[in-house]
Amino acid sequence: MDSKKVKQWEALCIEEQPPACTAACPLHVDARAMVEKIAAGDFSAAFAIYARIVPFPAIIGHICDHPCEGVCRREEAGGAVRIGLIERALVEASYPTLKRTAQQARRAKRVAIVGAGLSGLTAAYDLLMKGHQVTVFEADAHPLERLHHDYADDLPPSAIAADLGMLQRLGVDIRCRSRVVAGAGPLGLDTLIGDHDAVLLALGPGPALAFSPTVRLTDNGRIDIDPFSRATSHPKVFGGGFHSEQGERYSPIGSVHDGRRAAASIDRFLQGASLTAQRQDDGAGGTCLFVNTAAHPPVPPVEPLDRRAGYSEAEAVEEARRCFPCHCLECVKACPFLAHYKTYPRRAVREIYNNDSIVMGNRKSNRMIDSCALCGLCDAVCPTDLAMGDVCLEARRSMVERGHMPISHHEFALNDMAHARSARFALARHQPGFAASSVLFFPGCQLPASSPDQVVRLYRHLCASIEGGVGLMLDCCGAPAHWAGRQQFHEEIAAELRSTWKAMGQPTIVTACSSCLKTLGQSLPDIPVHSVWPLLSELGWQIEASPAASLPLAIHDPCSGRHAKGVQRAVRELAAAVGAEVRELSGAELTTCCGYGGLAQFANPVVADKIVDQRIGESEDDYLTYCAMCRDNFARRGKRAVHLLDLLLPPIDGSDPAARPDPGFSRRRENRTRLKMALLKDLWDEDMTDPLPQSNVVIPDEVRAQMERKLILAEDVIAVITNAESSGQKLKDRASDHFIATGRAGNVTTWVEYELADGVPIVRRAYCHRMEVEAKP
Amino acid sequence: MTTPNDPTVSDLVCARCDVPLEMGKVNASYLGQVFPVDLPRCPSCGFVYVSEELAYGRMLNVEQALEDK
Repeated sequence: MDSKKVKQWEALCIEEQPPACTAACPLHVDARAMVEKIAAGDFSAAFAIYARIVPFPAIIGHICDHPCEGVCRREEAGGAVRIGLIERALVEASYPTLKRTAQQARRAKRVAIVGAGLSGLTAAYDLLMKGHQVTVFEADAHPLERLHHDYADDLPPSAIAADLGMLQRLGVDIRCRSRVVAGAGPLGLDTLIGDHDAVLLALGPGPALAFSPTVRLTDNGRIDIDPFSRATSHPKVFGGGFHSEQGERYSPIGSVHDGRRAAASIDRFLQGASLTAQRQDDGAGGTCLFVNTAAHPPVPPVEPLDRRAGYSEAEAVEEARRCFPCHCLECVKACPFLAHYKTYPRRAVREIYNNDSIVMGNRKSNRMIDSCALCGLCDAVCPTDLAMGDVCLEARRSMVERGHMPISHHEFALNDMAHARSARFALARHQPGFAASSVLFFPGCQLPASSPDQVVRLYRHLCASIEGGVGLMLDCCGAPAHWAGRQQFHEEIAAELRSTWKAMGQPTIVTACSSCLKTLGQSLPDIPVHSVWPLLSELGWQIEASPAASLPLAIHDPCSGRHAKGVQRAVRELAAAVGAEVRELSGAELTTCCGYGGLAQFANPVVADKIVDQRIGESEDDYLTYCAMCRDNFARRGKRAVHLLDLLLPPIDGSDPAARPDPGFSRRRENRTRLKMALLKDLWDEDMTDPLPQSNVVIPDEVRAQMERKLILAEDVIAVITNAESSGQKLKDRASDHFIATGRAGNVTTWVEYELADGVPIVRRAYCHRMEVEAKP
Repeated sequence: MTTPNDPTVSDLVCARCDVPLEMGKVNASYLGQVFPVDLPRCPSCGFVYVSEELAYGRMLNVEQALEDK
């Protein structure tokens, strides 16, 4: 895989972008995770998240100006989550659990901080935690003097005392009534610089003219501080506090961030590191995380019973439950494949790339890569148009090319394709009585396998309606090879199809299969290929009311026809013309796969069943589709479903087409061959040279269903029994009188347990494996 | 997969040789790797029996592990 392309795919996925609350917080408190923990009633885990980032939880928990709330996306659905009140309740409940231990610095440095406001003390806290020795010089009588005055209503003195106590236990030396002055002397700035490894001037507002001999000032008399690194003109002196933010509204959380940024610079300086290299503490910002707020019904915020006291714990939990929480995950919500692997594209792309790049060791994601239905739904719902199908297909191709993708995932499907391309089905003829074809009908390989009778009737209808001869081409378009990532094989198939088309005189191809339409359109772009449905709609349909249309039908567009708008329209017109009341499911643009797409049902039947079951659950109505595999997969999972042809060409025997069971892969093969035999006989009066083998083997329905799940074909089971009965090589179970026989076809060994009832074999069980076993001589 | 309903090995006889199966040395091979294992086999003709439980259990696990190597 191309690493550049992989990086582009990764970058498209926005799921790992921070939620708006975290992005807007200068400290980037993970409010989403914290509120999620509170919603789950886990206050101590929530407090751990909070206190890991916030230096003074008791103070900030009471007075934070919570910029997070201003951007909370819940605002669009009832009102922003009151994160500030939640934090306050959290801190009040959990503060006693606060435990803090400073690191042991290998070489502790001495730092002087001038100013014991929130900014200075945050810097003191961060540097103490790094193991440095910190002395704080404060001109006032108490540290955090401003908070006592400005926040008297909201901030209990006990909260200030608690956080200051914590700071003191970390070993801070706070010297109050110690105004630092310019020059030398015990409290002179030059003396501090001389006695310490670094000095932070975390000053309040107003000019600092006195310090001008030591540090450069700005035009308005403030210390000239680099806004990013907080460096001043003196290498050992850093600046912070409210000093530089003249005229702005005071923000407690902004002050904390200011101190944190200065401390980070001081720590870098003390280690001799660059102040700017690879720094990401960029403060408050926005986010491009997409959140589908419309999916959430509005819920108003919880009002605290006692406004002064704030939220009780129970109220905090209730309010926390209003948090969505913010995630994109639009594709994961829509796609059972991504949900099954509990992943999202950014992570999945990386995993797929790593799996592709492994030289030695286990490739643990092979099956995951082969489990995507390549249906394009993720792309359709993604705010940034990331198509996981493209990623998975690229990975399949890369791994197949280097012989790293297990053939077992797709071998059954590729064998089915080989059957459809063999003499047992493939055919290309002009209409009887014609030496040329104006159009070439290409029904695909699965519609003839599912409804051979309707294909014959449709072909006859086309022959009767179109002038110039309608040729018939029975073959497979090569989609399974394409989906399996077998690019070269797919190109070979396309070349063969092209030569057949040329031999037929290069007519316009008309197909009844959405996958053929898409696949042929991609692999043979210069050949005119159209869907049969718009053509039929144009020709008009004769019957007025179809018996299968007596009930409303919910329409399911095949995923390969997601963007074929003309086809979608024609199908709806045809259904309406025969009296069907068609109801939309998701609409064609957001249609899903039935599990067959991308060969998902062969590589991962569990995921494929989840995909089809999710679709089935969307409506109680019978489903209408125009893909034979979609119809049969709905039927296989117990959903009543009709194909468009069931409306246009109702079963002659009057049976209920929505109740028709899934034929399964064995009968699909038989149907294909029977169709070819019937067509050759009826239209061209020829006998097929390779008729179906005659057999008296009985396979009960429940055994047949099990065989389908295990991907075991009836013809292989019959071959095993036939061989065992002629060679005598079989085991006998003396307890049941059953026989057990085995045979290997291709890469698979099939075992069959059967009994003989008056000489007729009745299959009781079949299973298979790929490993070969041989007795040692 | 379904719960296998395998017969009891001691009830199995080779129909052609008319002798009960016995445990014996067998080579199991997949993707070029060969493993010696003990499996029920006909002591006379060497017909090896693989139960459904083995096929969809241990054997499948080994197959998949080798495929992903």
